[in-house]
Amino acid sequence: MFSTLTYLQLQEYWWFIVSLLAGLFVFMTFVQGGQTLLWSIGKNQEQRDVIVNLLGRKWELTFSTLVMFGGALFAAFPLFYATSFGGAYYVWMAILFCFIIQAVAYEYRSKKNNFFGKRTYELFLFINGSVGIFLIGVALATLFTGGNFVVNNMNLSHWTLPTYGLEALLNPFNIAFGLMLLFLSRLLATLYFVNAIENKEIVEHSRLTLKYETVIFLLLFFFVIGSILSMTGYGYNPESLVVSAEPIKFWHNFLALPFISGSFLLGTILVLIGAGVGVFSKSDKGFWSAGVGTILVVTSLFLILGYNNTAFYPSLANMQSSLTIQNSSSSHYTLKTMAYVSLLVPFVLGYIIVVWRVMNRKKISVDEVKNNPHHY
Amino acid sequence: MEHIDPSLIDWSRAQFALTALYHWIFVPLTLGLTFIVAIMESIYVKTGNPWWRETTKFWMGLLAINFAIGLATGIIMEFEFGTNWSNYSWIVGDIFGAPLAIEGLMAFFMESTFFAIMFFGWEKVSKKTHLLSTWLVAIGSNLSALWILIANGWMQHPVGMTFNPDTARNEMTDFWAIVFNPNAYTKFLHTISSGYVLASLFVIAISSWYLLKKRDIQFAKRSIMVAASFGLIVSLFTLTTGDDSARQVALNQPMKLAAMEGLYDGKTDAEIVTFGILNPSKTLKDKQEPFLFKVAIPGGLSLLSYHNFDAYVPGIKQIVYGDKEHKIMSTEAKIAQGKIAVKALTNYKKAKKAGDKKSAKKAKDVFEAHSQYLGYGYLKSPEDVVPNVPMTFYAFHTMVGLGTWFILLFILILYTTMTNELHNKRWLLLAGIWSLPMGYIAQEAGWITAEVGRQPWAIQDMLPVGMATSSISSGSVMFTFWMFALLFTGLLIAEVKIMTTQIKMGPKEESHV
Repeated sequence: MFSTLTYLQLQEYWWFIVSLLAGLFVFMTFVQGGQTLLWSIGKNQEQRDVIVNLLGRKWELTFSTLVMFGGALFAAFPLFYATSFGGAYYVWMAILFCFIIQAVAYEYRSKKNNFFGKRTYELFLFINGSVGIFLIGVALATLFTGGNFVVNNMNLSHWTLPTYGLEALLNPFNIAFGLMLLFLSRLLATLYFVNAIENKEIVEHSRLTLKYETVIFLLLFFFVIGSILSMTGYGYNPESLVVSAEPIKFWHNFLALPFISGSFLLGTILVLIGAGVGVFSKSDKGFWSAGVGTILVVTSLFLILGYNNTAFYPSLANMQSSLTIQNSSSSHYTLKTMAYVSLLVPFVLGYIIVVWRVMNRKKISVDEVKNNPHHY
Repeated sequence: MEHIDPSLIDWSRAQFALTALYHWIFVPLTLGLTFIVAIMESIYVKTGNPWWRETTKFWMGLLAINFAIGLATGIIMEFEFGTNWSNYSWIVGDIFGAPLAIEGLMAFFMESTFFAIMFFGWEKVSKKTHLLSTWLVAIGSNLSALWILIANGWMQHPVGMTFNPDTARNEMTDFWAIVFNPNAYTKFLHTISSGYVLASLFVIAISSWYLLKKRDIQFAKRSIMVAASFGLIVSLFTLTTGDDSARQVALNQPMKLAAMEGLYDGKTDAEIVTFGILNPSKTLKDKQEPFLFKVAIPGGLSLLSYHNFDAYVPGIKQIVYGDKEHKIMSTEAKIAQGKIAVKALTNYKKAKKAGDKKSAKKAKDVFEAHSQYLGYGYLKSPEDVVPNVPMTFYAFHTMVGLGTWFILLFILILYTTMTNELHNKRWLLLAGIWSLPMGYIAQEAGWITAEVGRQPWAIQDMLPVGMATSSISSGSVMFTFWMFALLFTGLLIAEVKIMTTQIKMGPKEESHV
């Protein structure tokens, strides 16, 4: 099946898998968005308990998707893994810190004698949801704006600034991208609350909050997309692999890849429909429209970033060190082998969907949380 | 090779050791306890006795506390290969990334998806579906261990790859050779079975405490019966897999074996040291006795390593300085060949960049003739290949000694449980409690043996740790080391406090604030 694919086709296939995982991860960050809304939507302890217990049944899926995203990058594009993680050291370490504290927060939050106290674990959830997602957004934004690294002739990389990635915080585009991701996660979270919680007060409050989140998200989204379409990108010659700057590169990519542009537009519309359904109707299904839309938008943006002979991680220190799907990937043999492994993805998605349906068949309520001896 | 600050290597190793050490406190218990709760729930589904349901739920509650911190300490391990070992990530990422990605796809999603049913699905799914979910969590966590140990086994005994001078990295050539690497599956079986032993000790220790306190007696007896039976079977299995594992070490990592046994001079009919105190002033170049005191079995090491009493087992000196009689090449000669390979690789890249095809071919031929020892070319002196002998020796002997004790403990507890005398044997109950910290020590000791014993290699004989680090300042790594040390210590304190509180509360209720 994959044996007949060329090396370049396999590189493109794996970039698609990485892009899809990025899309799924951003969709799943509704968990993080919800964590940042814990105190604003949860007006009392009971309501906060319901929210935490709702999100607590999904947080591990988000966590696993992030790990899977990292694993796929390592397996398919190891030079990116080495260059970005080993260079933008402080940013990635800060992100990891935010996810470490999340992993214990749910289980330990309401346990007796938990050392840090309930509020601290809730603060851990807030930090994970806000700082963690914002920083992931900043890190992803550098795929458009570049990083200060050099790759030598042995393909070993090093960062040229002692700030090891923190300098990305000085770029307004990166900041806007991080904030956009944060508000998208909050938008999705409010829709998920509407979808899965049986509590009139929480649902009403979520619909109200959704209005503001949508407005802020859209402002950031239009700024980010406008910037992407107008910025200078970096293309490369597929034969010589020489990288060169190209004005409005991503606009060109959108035009050259109509199927992906269509999917991006469709995704955007679905997110808007989802938010509209949440704000203007009594339906609780807006989450699914916005969720599918998010996956489409993020996957498409990633594809635009890596396809059409584009450097998906430009080097600001040495343009020829920029990473492309061709110069940063694993070998032909590894990509082919792992392509067979990737056939498991639909199977995994299948059982996740089945279990999701079973667990969400009935909406979560205050009573259910109170009566379950194992609650968060 | 660019100059690498030695303190960067030390801090990078320290940080990885810190995170692995913390992670390894929690993982073995998860590996085993998931199976123990699955067995208990199976008994519940088969008998329909609600006592077993409550027993299952209690141990499941403790599992959840442990599971959470295992995840917290685990996420950093994967990403640290990129953040702290970025050269490694490129040089072997083509091979090493694959098992990590497969682990995520096959194991993590299975664990995280069915974990939700296991804890919150008691009233949402049928008994059998719930049981299936519990088993899938157990299988998922053990699948995770499988792929990680395939990756680790490859680091100890690299197979199925070739070095590509064009990309300056090792590339996979045989996926199945990596998956069925004998080093990987002996390691996997030994590691998971030792995890089952720890989980059995955990259940026994807590149940023994209840029996000593004369509370929750039926619960404790039921739990002990399951744990001691399971523990005895898996501890015997750990013994045999340990033997297989040691044989793999003898075949592929003779220096590690020599360090594990404090064997400075190779010999036929080599003895195995069952107990010994190393001579602290012993150095590689002097002729002092390596031991101040020892109890040894003649021929034991030759037999265990090569299944032959007369087999020759090389010592540290032979591996470093060579031995013509036994056709062991000296490390100095390997370093010399390695340096030729390093230089030829540099020349090849230069010639290729300049478009000089003739020089490129010549350099490539030289490289390929010496590439087997490329990793040695980055070492400074032959003595660099010697790991920390005392640490490896004591860690190995601690693990083996404690492992032997656990077998005896399981036999005694199982026997006294079956004769209904255990609750009256105060000394045995105390031994059951004190064996739990011993179990954790044995786990860490096993990990130290495996990882310290193979230094200075990140990939055995192929890539020294000094060549594998990221090019960042040692101050940055020092900062994050202390950050994680503080965080993990805080989380460990929280975990222990919560766990002990839950245990004191007992199986009747789960405590919440």
